[in-house]
Amino acid sequence: MTNTNLTQRQIIEAGLKKRYRKERAFKAAGVISIIFGLSWLVLLFGDIIGKGMPAFKSTMIQLSVNLDADDLGIDPEDATTFNKGNYDRVIRNAIRSEFAEVKSRGDRRSLGRIVSSNAGYDLRDLIKENPTLINTQASVWVKADSVVDDYFKNYYSPQKPGHILTDKQLIWVNDLIDRDKVTFQFNKGFFTSSDSRDPESAGVAGALKGSVLALIVCLVLAFPIAIAAAVYLEEFAPKNRLTDIIEVNINNLAAVPSIIFGLLGLAIFLNLFGMPRSAPLLGGMVLALMTLPTIIISARAAIKAVPPSIREAAYGLGASKMQVVLHHVIPLAMPGMLTGAIIGIAQALGETAPLLMIGMVAFIVDIPQGITDPATVLPVQIYLWSDSPERGFVANTSAAIMVLLGVLITMNLSAVLLRKRLEKRW
Amino acid sequence: MQLSSLFTLLVIAAAVAYFVGYSRSTSKGLDIGGVHKLSSLPSQYGTLALMWCLLPGVSLILTWLLVENSLLNAMIIKVLPASAQALSEGEQSLLISQVKSTAAGVAGLNVAAEIKQAADLYSGWVTRSRMYLSGLSIAVIILTIALLYKKIADTTRARNKIERVLEGLFMMSSLIAILTTLGIVLSVIYESWIFFSHVSPIDFMFGTHWSPQMAMREDQAGSSGAFGAVPLFVGTLLISFIALSIAVPAGLMTAIYLSEYAHAKVRNIVKPALEILAGIPTVVYGFFAAVTVAPFMRDSAAALDIALSPESALIAGVVMGVMIIPFVSSLSDDVINAVPQSLRDGSLGLGATHSETIRQVVIPAALPGIVGSILLAGSRAIGETMIVVMAAGLAANLTVNPLEAVTTVTVQIVTILVGDQEFDSPKTLAAFALGLMLFFTTLMLNFIALHVTKKYQERYD
Amino acid sequence: MKLVDNVTEHTIPKDTVGTPFSDNAEISVRNVDVFYGEKQAIHNVSLDIGKNEVIAMIGPSGCGKSTFLRVLNRMNDTIDICRVTGEIIHDGENIYAPKTDVVPLRARVGMVFQKPNPFPKSIYDNVAYGPKLHGIASRRTDLDEIVETSLTKAGLWNEVKDRLHTPGTGLSGGQQQRLCIARTIAVNPEVILMDEPCSALDPIATAKIEELIAELSTNYTIAIVTHSMQQAARVSNRTAYFHLGHLVEVNPTEQVFTNPDHALTEAYITGRFG
Repeated sequence: MTNTNLTQRQIIEAGLKKRYRKERAFKAAGVISIIFGLSWLVLLFGDIIGKGMPAFKSTMIQLSVNLDADDLGIDPEDATTFNKGNYDRVIRNAIRSEFAEVKSRGDRRSLGRIVSSNAGYDLRDLIKENPTLINTQASVWVKADSVVDDYFKNYYSPQKPGHILTDKQLIWVNDLIDRDKVTFQFNKGFFTSSDSRDPESAGVAGALKGSVLALIVCLVLAFPIAIAAAVYLEEFAPKNRLTDIIEVNINNLAAVPSIIFGLLGLAIFLNLFGMPRSAPLLGGMVLALMTLPTIIISARAAIKAVPPSIREAAYGLGASKMQVVLHHVIPLAMPGMLTGAIIGIAQALGETAPLLMIGMVAFIVDIPQGITDPATVLPVQIYLWSDSPERGFVANTSAAIMVLLGVLITMNLSAVLLRKRLEKRW
Repeated sequence: MQLSSLFTLLVIAAAVAYFVGYSRSTSKGLDIGGVHKLSSLPSQYGTLALMWCLLPGVSLILTWLLVENSLLNAMIIKVLPASAQALSEGEQSLLISQVKSTAAGVAGLNVAAEIKQAADLYSGWVTRSRMYLSGLSIAVIILTIALLYKKIADTTRARNKIERVLEGLFMMSSLIAILTTLGIVLSVIYESWIFFSHVSPIDFMFGTHWSPQMAMREDQAGSSGAFGAVPLFVGTLLISFIALSIAVPAGLMTAIYLSEYAHAKVRNIVKPALEILAGIPTVVYGFFAAVTVAPFMRDSAAALDIALSPESALIAGVVMGVMIIPFVSSLSDDVINAVPQSLRDGSLGLGATHSETIRQVVIPAALPGIVGSILLAGSRAIGETMIVVMAAGLAANLTVNPLEAVTTVTVQIVTILVGDQEFDSPKTLAAFALGLMLFFTTLMLNFIALHVTKKYQERYD
Repeated sequence: MKLVDNVTEHTIPKDTVGTPFSDNAEISVRNVDVFYGEKQAIHNVSLDIGKNEVIAMIGPSGCGKSTFLRVLNRMNDTIDICRVTGEIIHDGENIYAPKTDVVPLRARVGMVFQKPNPFPKSIYDNVAYGPKLHGIASRRTDLDEIVETSLTKAGLWNEVKDRLHTPGTGLSGGQQQRLCIARTIAVNPEVILMDEPCSALDPIATAKIEELIAELSTNYTIAIVTHSMQQAARVSNRTAYFHLGHLVEVNPTEQVFTNPDHALTEAYITGRFG
């Protein structure tokens, strides 16, 4: 027996090397998988941040503008006339006076194009704020056009050519740069203005407002309904076929592709009920139906986590079932339900596809004021901008993504913190 | 009356009802020798009154608003000239929206006289409808408050009634999930039904040529469009297959490493990091795929003398695969952790190495659960929209070559339905037929997956 | 009579009483301490396990008997926070020496667990698992032979020979446990560790396993942890009594149950605590 064992030992030991090699290969495959996943994360964030940072600063050109009331065509005493002023001409004149030597009509037009076509509106807003500037010669910073913006952002890295300035424009812009009349400023407009055809003037305010409105509608509808449904299923529902069907149904709905909810919104809310198209009300309702299963599932888990001893104690004091639920179960499960709601809302915030179906994809310049105004939402804005050919919109898209991810990470962090607080309790 | 003021009125009425219920029950209580002799608390009587007031009011207003639209649409068509009534449903709906926008004052200046006339009538109807609604609501409110005043008695078990109403509301909330499914099923089936009356289901399911755009041009002879959806199905499956062949091994190995090998410290960092990957909206992946990954992969391929279309299935599939990795890994993580330690011990006790134990015992034991998560991941991939909309193509090529551009079911749904549509053209309806296919495919996958996973969990409970 | 009214720490002796050492040791345990994190689970245990003997470990729950058993083939390695000091000599080598490889060690010191844990594979594959892993049998006929002899030795062959390719999880609890024993002896170990192998079984299945242990003891060294004193009395040659991580007494089984050396042992076997 010793003899056979010895040979068996030798066989086992002979095979060990190969087996340990497999072991190492298997472990390495695990490490490689993790590194693969994480490197995409790093790559994606690095890429988006790298592309998006420039959008937070805008290239400004310093101009000395003659704010003569007659030239502007406004009445300094009457603020209502300010809107009708011809600010574009004043700016055109100012840029021409920088380059007095430019004479030909074509060149002068081309010179005017280095300033943003929306600079006039900025000047109008400036005068509305400071009417005292009227009839003075003021030095103002106006936004450069996106092609100049692009050029200036890459100015310090000459290995990145590809600007689309004409040769003459290039000379003028370089001249302005040499004269210290070009600088970066924080692009406040990105957070205060709405969509625009010009990348340098486009902002996320409209889309953000649209998202907030749609999410409010979504939360107001989905949260109470989800809690009520979860409470019913956990505390009241008899165990019968109907509740089984509801359960299976909820689990299945949670995995239905979001685009299907868009079809539902289009066919039922829009065409059958005639609700306003493109409105946050409609978007919020579609998102509510979509997030409902998620919130119900986590709310049920939260209710399940409430220890039965608390229920029994309340019953022992003569409370009715509904009183136990309303006074004890729901308040105790609330942090867990809120966590679920935040996760559901975060999911809704990032959702794009169903909103495309119900017309929230239009080019909308006005910031929506109510839930029935046409609006777009942040992810849809990202989708729209990503389709624009101008280079400035790539930066805008990335910057909008940074805003979106920032909000999402904040939401998820707060959900994690809530969950931590919940865990400490029992 | 504006809707908002109607709702304000309702809120005020509810407050009044509460007060009536409260004071009335208190005085009743005093009559019979103290509030404590009542069968419920005065606040409960108040709440009951509030419910009695709100429920009929709110349901009246909501029902009214739901019915109003379709009634008004029918009325608009009636007042339009006879030529309009002969039009197809889709053209009629265009006319209706024209009338409505004229009434809202947002239409252009050159509106036909008939439309203008209809718009004026329409505005009148809306005003009148709202007036009726307001009148009816006020009547209902007054009636309920009057009834309340009479009905609140010391014998009324207010608490039990409140609880019954609340329970009913709770149950209705849980039915919303069913209603949603029903809404989805009915809407896609109804629209698909109409679609299949234009296009034969056989052609749709087995046809290999897809070009719905042709249907727009009705002057063309035989311009019914081509609705053979096979290229879309193949494209969808191709991209999903590429995505899964990245996500399944990577996700599974990640889950295995994290749950079987990694130190708690590593796990506590890597897991949340991967969850971030899972929380990134798909539109961001789409942008990343189109703007960064596509040019990079095309250039790399060009350097190797491979012609890679920038809208190729490969690019969309790879990025989608990355998106699904954390999904697969977190599902498999749960599944692997459910395998009892005793099985691992049994294998290790025989002298198996860790990886032998995992490959030959843990994974086979977890297989049903893993299959379940792969099915769920597949359903995710098939239904994924934004990545393919932004990174895959529009042209319906029937190919299984991952280097070529393909389109998918979801891309076509979005392309068809974004922007203005005529509602009953076969082109628009085709989107619903595709939606029907998508819904039932994913439903089947989810159903099987959930069933398999549930059975699996029961086995080790 | 040695009566103990109050069983406390100070009644535990520094040294084990009885006969912990053997001339013909298969495994020699010397001064072993086991820690789970900060907590010490085994205190300075020294014990020989003799060739071809059946040694039973008994003691109240939480006394460390299972931990001790798992230390013998390093199954405790799967627990991160577990730390072992001292020496365990098997075949002239310390199994806790850094160069010792656990894989061949566990092939030589097999283990049967508390709950029957057949793999979710066929009966045949369950038994063939170990030999295949270790490359002991490469040809199909060899494998068939190993499967048959192992199942025969485990007393299961006649019951399952017609359904070798049905899942092992489909067997009854007692059959599953005998399958696990067959699986263990298929790699032909020198020592079989059994961790309460009958605690999940009914009395008839238990009787069968006990018979099996008696048969196996002619070829194998067996260390068995049991919570049943009767079982220890029936199957073992020697019995070791553990108490709060200390090895209190080791003696021939008959002596332990009739005339124990230590007051604690007596208190335990007379049912004063359990």
